[in-house]
Amino acid sequence: MKYQIRFTLNGEEQELYVPANYTMLRVLRDELNFMGTKEGCGAGECGACTVIADGRPVNACIVLAPEMDGMSIETVEGLAKDGRLTPLQEAFVSHAALQCGFCTPGFLMSATALLRENPHPAREEIIRAISGNLCRCTGYVRIIEAIEDAARDNGQ
Amino acid sequence: MDQLKHIGKSYTRSDAVNKVTGSAEYVDDIRLPRMLYAQCVRSPHAHAKILSVDTAAAWAMPGVRAVITGEEYPNRAGLYLEDRYFMAKAGDTAKYRGEAVAAVAAETPEIAQAACAAIRVEYEVLPAVTNAVEGMKADAPVIHPELGSYKVAPIFYPKPGTNISHHYVLRKGDFEVASFQADRVFTHKYYIPHVQHVPMEPHGCIARYDPDGKLTVWASCQSPYAVRQALSVAFGLPLHKIRVISQAVGGGFGAKAGTTLEGIVIPLARQCQGRPVKLVYSREDEFINAYVRQGMHATITTAMRADGKILGVHNEFIWDGGAYTEYGVNITKAGGWGSAGPYDIENVWTDSYCVYTNHPVGGPYRGFGMCEIHFAIEQNIDQIAHEMGLSEVEIRRINALCPGGHTGMGEKMDVAGYAECLEQVIRDIEYDVPSVQVSPTKIRAKGIAGGWKSPSMPTNAGSSAILRMNEDGTFFLMSSGQELGQGAATVLPQIAAEVLSVPPHMIAFVSGDTDHTPYEWQTVASRTTYCAGNACKLAAENLRDKLLDLAQIKMGAVKRDLELCDGYIVHKIYPERRIPMKDLALGITFDDGSGYGGPAIGVGTFTLENNINTDKKTGVATHHPAAFWTMGANGVEVEVDTETGHIKVLKMCSCFDAGKVINPALFCAQSEGAMVQALGTALFEELKLKDGKVLNPSFVDYKIPTADDMPELIPKFVEYAEPTGPYGARGAGEPLMVPGAPAIANAVFNAIGVRFTKMPITPEDVLNALKP
Ligand code: FES
Ligand code: FES
Repeated sequence: MKYQIRFTLNGEEQELYVPANYTMLRVLRDELNFMGTKEGCGAGECGACTVIADGRPVNACIVLAPEMDGMSIETVEGLAKDGRLTPLQEAFVSHAALQCGFCTPGFLMSATALLRENPHPAREEIIRAISGNLCRCTGYVRIIEAIEDAARDNGQ
Repeated sequence: MDQLKHIGKSYTRSDAVNKVTGSAEYVDDIRLPRMLYAQCVRSPHAHAKILSVDTAAAWAMPGVRAVITGEEYPNRAGLYLEDRYFMAKAGDTAKYRGEAVAAVAAETPEIAQAACAAIRVEYEVLPAVTNAVEGMKADAPVIHPELGSYKVAPIFYPKPGTNISHHYVLRKGDFEVASFQADRVFTHKYYIPHVQHVPMEPHGCIARYDPDGKLTVWASCQSPYAVRQALSVAFGLPLHKIRVISQAVGGGFGAKAGTTLEGIVIPLARQCQGRPVKLVYSREDEFINAYVRQGMHATITTAMRADGKILGVHNEFIWDGGAYTEYGVNITKAGGWGSAGPYDIENVWTDSYCVYTNHPVGGPYRGFGMCEIHFAIEQNIDQIAHEMGLSEVEIRRINALCPGGHTGMGEKMDVAGYAECLEQVIRDIEYDVPSVQVSPTKIRAKGIAGGWKSPSMPTNAGSSAILRMNEDGTFFLMSSGQELGQGAATVLPQIAAEVLSVPPHMIAFVSGDTDHTPYEWQTVASRTTYCAGNACKLAAENLRDKLLDLAQIKMGAVKRDLELCDGYIVHKIYPERRIPMKDLALGITFDDGSGYGGPAIGVGTFTLENNINTDKKTGVATHHPAAFWTMGANGVEVEVDTETGHIKVLKMCSCFDAGKVINPALFCAQSEGAMVQALGTALFEELKLKDGKVLNPSFVDYKIPTADDMPELIPKFVEYAEPTGPYGARGAGEPLMVPGAPAIANAVFNAIGVRFTKMPITPEDVLNALKP
């Protein structure tokens, strides 16, 4: 039994027929070949699959495909426009806020959602916003500094 | 040395843009036409004889393309000890709970899973060994009865008929005499449980068998050449018929150093010629069926002189190697090599045993035995200081290994920055200033610990690099030193850039393809900056040499008067005489149209010379068995909540002697990551095992540090050049993690006066210890 779902992905309309037991993560990766969103656990526990859905960060691995109907979804592929990185992406590069990079798309999406909601978050608010994202390489400090740096760029 | 232009500069990571845009390609991101999906059937018993495997029902299912059992594996394979098939066979035994006994390739993951469920396996359950100390006893069930027939590297000594796959022995000096002369002798015991590496990217592999017999393997692996070798042995394939490709790797920490799931996918691919077969581990698989860090029981007996001088130590390390110890034997050896810690001790006796158990397979984990032994060594020192009324700082100062001193194995050290690192962290953590107390139930205190590590690699481990110059003066640097996140793809081009005097961004780094990028033993052991770095430097020097050969013809000058400078070949005396380097990319062309010298390409190969094994009987070094030793220290401050038992690490300071630091920002990033990883093992990580079963194979039950746990981090370094390192560099990625856990344990003792000799130190442990 397949469901028809319509949603926007990084601003583009999508219409698909998918099995009800597929997750949003599987739809993005296997049906649409958007590979930037990663699977680290498949159980909503690591944040590697974080995307922004209707403005809020969600773990794509625990959202079922039928729920995507009508959603506006943003993935890491939608951040840079015309080859220009967002200030947050730039900050990740300049702060060396990534090592293996597997967690990076998830952190970028959590932090992007945060900065839209709250352009000048305090350090505690940043930590809260990324506490569902696991990173094994960096020890987090550079990720937090990069987000702070991008927030500073947000103007007053 | 001339002023360095590119070494010591914090260039941004060459892989960063791809990684922040989601375009870096990891194995699971690869989609190949007509790809099939694999799943495994795994033993539900810790130790069981396999009576039969019935695959008929699986074969009958629509969409199933291949089904394999242990029969597919003609030969055992393994890195140092060839003790494993990639799958247990009927008639033989499954040796840990989770071992693969059959596998399926099918059109979808769902079909593969259903087919696995349809495979019937009959087992006869055998008594299991679930404790390494018990496993050494004479009456323990023997897990590998054929151990005596396994092929083994000649520096390891298995004991056939027992579960001991290696007994490492070190006998430097005479510990008995030392303890006779000692004013006091102390014996302390420690236990380090199994932990898992938890790379965020689970292991993955795709294999495709072409009709002409060529096997291509895309693996999330640290060491494509080591994987190629293991597969060649296991399947009897010539090396030129196997191509291993490793693209972006989502963290390894040792877990991706050996060969794990690759061996399962290959026979499936062989049955489905032309169609790629993919297997990606679930997180649960990752916890159970990738490598785990071995558990370890340590007993240290120390002979002390009243003034704080350590006269001798006798260490006993018993490693819980798990079901297969093809890699674990070398961790046991590394533990022996490092067993004195960064201290100059005249009499060092060490027995380090690798013991088979029916636990998940032990493998290399960042630090390769050093995190484990230093949890013991560095607490032992604090305990002795405390019991003798000495200061923890002073006892380390008295015994620190200094230039001119000798390692536990007896190597003379010309360079040793330990003492300076120690002083730096003592200053940074203000060790002599007591913590400011903020609450009567939240006790703060500080702790310190040191540590060291050498690469425990084969003495002849080789590296190579090829540097190609393009017509426009850009370059390709080809090496199989892998980028795992540690920064190889940034640092190795920096080394070549320094030689060639061009900006590093003009050098593209190409790696991870055994058909195209040259041999590299492995990307492990914190050896890449050093070994692959040397090969890259030699390749660049080779290319420079060839360019200067051509330039002397073209410029009518003597080679020794020419140098490379910012993309030009320049006359040292008449600097206005210069030509762009790129003009020589294809050789030179004379006025009559004839050419000479061909396309510019440099080759570098590196094997450390005179790196000689230790004495077989005593383990004592006559020369240098270790390429280098990287030393340093951590200072930490913790807060222990006496009501909840919760330990918060407030601050961690690190200082290491990394020789010349090629890229300071990337070094510091590694240091920060290492400290937080160490914090995780000290406070919450433990693979809980019961009767061979992993009880907590998920992030809900196995916690790793989150941003919330992050303390203030101060990463520092000192730079005493490594004489044989490229520009004086030595490796650092692993050693940086070594002192963190014991420093935290020492701080906890200083806070509440309780010594925890087992990690992790959980709130429950703290509350139990504080019970009146
Ligand atoms: S993959 Fe979705 S939270 Fe881990
Ligand atoms: S950079 Fe490797 S997990 Fe975060």
